[in-house]
Amino acid sequence: MKYRARLAAQGAAIGLVALLFVLLAWSLLHDEGGDLSKRANAGDRPAAPHFSLERLDQEGQLDLGSLRGKAVVLNVWASWCIPCKEEAPYLEQVWRANRDRDVVVLGLDAKDFRADARRFANRFGLTFPLVYDGPGNAIGGYGVTGFPETFVIDREGKVVRAFAGAVNGEPERAELHDAIADALS
Amino acid sequence: MIRFAVLAVVGLLAVGATGAVAAAPPNAADLESEIVCPVCETTLDQSNAPIAQRMKAFIRVRIAAGDSEQEIKDALVAQFGEGVLARPPRGGFGALAWALPLVALAVGAVAVAFLVRAWSRRRVVEADEAPLDPRLERLVDEELARFDA
Repeated sequence: MKYRARLAAQGAAIGLVALLFVLLAWSLLHDEGGDLSKRANAGDRPAAPHFSLERLDQEGQLDLGSLRGKAVVLNVWASWCIPCKEEAPYLEQVWRANRDRDVVVLGLDAKDFRADARRFANRFGLTFPLVYDGPGNAIGGYGVTGFPETFVIDREGKVVRAFAGAVNGEPERAELHDAIADALS
Repeated sequence: MIRFAVLAVVGLLAVGATGAVAAAPPNAADLESEIVCPVCETTLDQSNAPIAQRMKAFIRVRIAAGDSEQEIKDALVAQFGEGVLARPPRGGFGALAWALPLVALAVGAVAVAFLVRAWSRRRVVEADEAPLDPRLERLVDEELARFDA
């Protein structure tokens, strides 16, 4: 009986350790956010992590899946982010110039106050769709490490190109145009 | 009658004092040590990140507006989620974070108690073992003496 109890305890301990290993392996396999940008920029076209978020520019939710069939320029920003202020007018230009070509610029405001984000949008006259991710849950899958970051997603929901930092310089802007063309093709 | 009146006055004073404590405005420094900056993941009092500064300003404005500590925390949770609280809430899923260490401690204590009990039993059994027969002991001593010689 004692032997059986000891065997059961040892079995439970080994099972617990095995479970922890499985959890570790699972988290490593599913934590692809960190290298999503790398993979996208290497031409792998990883799937854009799904999200459904509250809209800032109007009532309701916006599901990323609802934009399937269009090229999406997903810009992660926050009102307190200084480079975002310089980038916002340019993204508005991109939206106005491409909205009739099946291109959607989607602003994702994260780790921010809603009211501050709305003030930011009004100040820069942003008319493209805006979603809110206060806790920053959705951006984890994209491996966002700083603000702003921009991801160009193709019609099939695959990430074509990722930009860490503001798309403010001429070379980056040219790359963004190329990525949009690539996402539409 | 006089005793009753004194008790009533003391009771009223006690209630008044409790009310005064409950109505005291929350302390900004205390709140800043209980709220986490969502960008740098440290408490606000240890962060100078732009969002942390904005949150500190928000806390001060809400205190000035007469909000309670809980109302301010609720407002921040509504913006940034439960993760903004340095200490998890005592109810709901957050209760797990409080309960699990206690459960682990209790399980550990039970395991230690079992082990101590098992060891002490083994010692008692060892102590109960009969001493060596004097005749055998003498024989062993003689053998050892002969061996040494």
